[in-house]
Amino acid sequence: MGTRVNQIGLQRNDYKGRPSTLCQGCGHNSISNQIIAVCYELSIEPHRIIKLSGIGCSSKSPAYFLGRSHGFNALHGRMPALATGAIMANRDLTGIGVSGDGDTGSIGLGQFKHMVRRNVPMIYIVENNGVYGLTKGQFSATADIGQELKYAGLNELPPIDICLEALAADVSFVARSFAGDAKQVRELLKAALSHKGTAVLDIISPCVTFNNHETSTKSYPYGKLHEEALQDITFIPEYDPIIVDVHEPGQVQAVRMHDGSHLVLRKLDPVKHDPTDKLAAFRLIEEARIENQFITGLIYVDEHRPNLHETTHLIQAPLVHLTEADLRPSAEALDRVLGEICCQ
Amino acid sequence: MSDVQTSPLDSLMADQEPVVNDFQIMIATVNGSGSQTANSTLLRAIFRMGVPVSGKNIFPSNIQGLPTWFTIRLSKDGYIARREDYHILVAMNLQTVEEDITNLAVGGIVLYPEEWKIKHKRDDVVYYPVPVKALVDESGTPSSFVSYVSNMVYVGVLATLLNIELEQIEYALNFHFSNKPKPVNMNMALVRLSYDWAQDNLPKNDPFTVERMEGKTDGMLLLDGNSAGALGTAFGGVQVVAWYPITPSTSMIDALRTYLSDMRTNPDTGEASYAIIQAEDEIGAIGMLVGAGWAGARAMTATSGPGMSLMTEFAGLAYYAEVPIVIWNVQRVGPSTGLPTRSSQGDVLAAYFLGHGDTKHVVLLPSSLEDAFEFGWKSFDLAERLQTPVFVLSDLDLGMNLWMGKLFEYPDQPMDRGKVMTAEDIQRAGEFARYKDVDGDGIPYRTLPGTDHPDAAYFARGTGHDEKAIYSERPDDWVANIERMNRKFDTARALVPPPVVDEVAGTEIGLIAYGTTDACIVESRDLLREQGIETSYLRLRALPLSDATRDFIRRCDRVYVVENNTDGQMAKIIYMEYPDLAPKVKSIAYLDGMPLAPRWLTRAVQEREQER
Repeated sequence: MGTRVNQIGLQRNDYKGRPSTLCQGCGHNSISNQIIAVCYELSIEPHRIIKLSGIGCSSKSPAYFLGRSHGFNALHGRMPALATGAIMANRDLTGIGVSGDGDTGSIGLGQFKHMVRRNVPMIYIVENNGVYGLTKGQFSATADIGQELKYAGLNELPPIDICLEALAADVSFVARSFAGDAKQVRELLKAALSHKGTAVLDIISPCVTFNNHETSTKSYPYGKLHEEALQDITFIPEYDPIIVDVHEPGQVQAVRMHDGSHLVLRKLDPVKHDPTDKLAAFRLIEEARIENQFITGLIYVDEHRPNLHETTHLIQAPLVHLTEADLRPSAEALDRVLGEICCQ
Repeated sequence: MSDVQTSPLDSLMADQEPVVNDFQIMIATVNGSGSQTANSTLLRAIFRMGVPVSGKNIFPSNIQGLPTWFTIRLSKDGYIARREDYHILVAMNLQTVEEDITNLAVGGIVLYPEEWKIKHKRDDVVYYPVPVKALVDESGTPSSFVSYVSNMVYVGVLATLLNIELEQIEYALNFHFSNKPKPVNMNMALVRLSYDWAQDNLPKNDPFTVERMEGKTDGMLLLDGNSAGALGTAFGGVQVVAWYPITPSTSMIDALRTYLSDMRTNPDTGEASYAIIQAEDEIGAIGMLVGAGWAGARAMTATSGPGMSLMTEFAGLAYYAEVPIVIWNVQRVGPSTGLPTRSSQGDVLAAYFLGHGDTKHVVLLPSSLEDAFEFGWKSFDLAERLQTPVFVLSDLDLGMNLWMGKLFEYPDQPMDRGKVMTAEDIQRAGEFARYKDVDGDGIPYRTLPGTDHPDAAYFARGTGHDEKAIYSERPDDWVANIERMNRKFDTARALVPPPVVDEVAGTEIGLIAYGTTDACIVESRDLLREQGIETSYLRLRALPLSDATRDFIRRCDRVYVVENNTDGQMAKIIYMEYPDLAPKVKSIAYLDGMPLAPRWLTRAVQEREQER
């Protein structure tokens, strides 16, 4: 028996990166593994992906997946701008951004919201653990109010909710998940890859070294105990037929993605949520926060909002594929402009 | 209408020789009163008569209400530097009129609204009260347009007093309003009315006159440096522009948008072969450039000092990750917010060393419209060849004022996209290592995202890395990489535009300058020659410095480095680079918000020479 390959003849190993230098058991490693699994499963050509990150533990992780894809480890909180430039330069590329709660919720909150507002076509993953790991355990802006940490003491400030911030910036796809829920992370990643605008995935990813107490909502024990999934999610690529279980039609919602694929959501009782209803999305997050619930799943999606390629009226060909003949106007064009300036 | 008031000097003036095409007009107005149209119309009309002109707009950081001055210098000899004295004052700002009159040259003239009571009248200048309001009323201009066209009164009166051809004024108005008949006619009606009033009511009592000239402005254009740089950028094949509004750079992006929309948009589909993104701040703007440059696009921004400060961290990343980007800094006066609407050369050191750690950058120094156009396209070639940020240090004086310039020449070389490996190249070479010095010039090869080869990808980073771009904290990796980058910087010395040298045999004195101070140096050298002081002149066009500059200093006995900042920033770079030559090099640096003036510089050099 030969080694298993996907539809484009690549092995799973072809999607791996360098060995992780993060802590054993770090939620980030699990997320990296799901990215590898999904790209292999969907037979994505690695050279069509770019990996982008800021600074922090999360931002190191793109080195640990998709070693055959170009990547850029940018500045703290400034990955959205860099991603925007790259994706405008080459619209054939699929951007996977990996950020953390310090990177997105503090230093980079402004860039994050402006990226969402522009609807830059890319996946933006926040590996959210509520703590600064590389600097040894300070609270981040997503840390729970009232939480206590050995290094940082008591946190008396309310957390910033990444999903709420995204919604307020008119996000076109936002979901929350838990690094310990590998299947859900995979299905959401697949859906995000089919989305034509910014897809924000806020993935609670426990820090096993500095913030894994069960008092923290960003810990494994808390996540395992309290996760309330909004839906059972099944992603159906465009080349597979849609088979929806029709026994409970009121409980099933199929969201058609921009590229023709479908996201099938089976509602779980007692949580009923329509992910195309923005006000309901706001309410859901706020209610969950008040009740200390840990809601995961697709919170909001809008497949119609134009992305930045559309709002800038960019040509279909990637800008970087244009040649000198396309880019440099002719000598006659210069003469004409100079004629208009001089008129004499 | 009013009587013309005369001064005791009138008879003396009447006997004076005419002053032809060699004086300066100062127009004092209130910001937001629409004087730009009138001022640029006068400037262009005089230029159209073949007379060398230069215009400077001295404006406040304000939308409406603060004083604004506009100078139009006529120079039959072709000098375009700032002149400190002025001879014709158009006083349209009651707030500043007393001071404006105080500073008027002896024998000068004042045009002012007749209803103003001027307290301290000088007896050595000529006063021409003008019935501005009455003329505007008589013109029948609809009330909603009065504030826009009132300034045409002084255009018409000056046309009479100075003999400016009405046809050229009409031409200039057509140029300004893109041949739209309605505004042209409305403005022109008031010009004619005021012209006629002056013909009938204003006996000329001064020697100043404009006469048509031949051969001085042939084949030249009149443009602002921001537009010239934008046009050069368009001919550099720019692909991604990201920016944040800041005076005095904003008009460069405005011009670029106009040119690109004209030349790079598909007229049928409306699709653009470029992207212009107004970022949320300058950090976002340069971040987008770094992403675009890394992905293989020609990316540029335009900013000014405070914006460049914000760009610092990304500039360091682009330097160290070796990403080509182009940053125009149209300099204004700092530190801090400083004087936002005044010109300086104060960001030389900041640009050269922008970033923490051992960072240094390629810097281009345009001094004219031609330079601005050339550097517009050449900056991309250099950035991509050297895989590094290229800064273009223009300034407010060049960027926002109208200058005469020669017609731009189409790029004389094809676009240089630098060392980029395709999938086929990797196959042939059998290897790709992002930061390896294959050719010995310090410039490595890069691949672009999207390259379909298993070995093409690399992970760009601002962290320490080895030849293959893999994270490394090893001392030998760090040192080898930095040494290679320094080799690359030395390669840049020979690639950047070389200095322009005018060496005079037998003189011991050298002048070194760059950017817009060139206009001042050119005139000052003539003034110094009249005083018996001959100078050689080296005009820097780029950093890092090259051997030509070192050799020039060696050949001179003493060198004055002239610049429009306080600390003598270029002189300091020369001291650093050539410490053995430092004793020969003296700094002449001054900054008060105004471009350097030739008479000031002449005195400064004379004083230095006398002190020896």
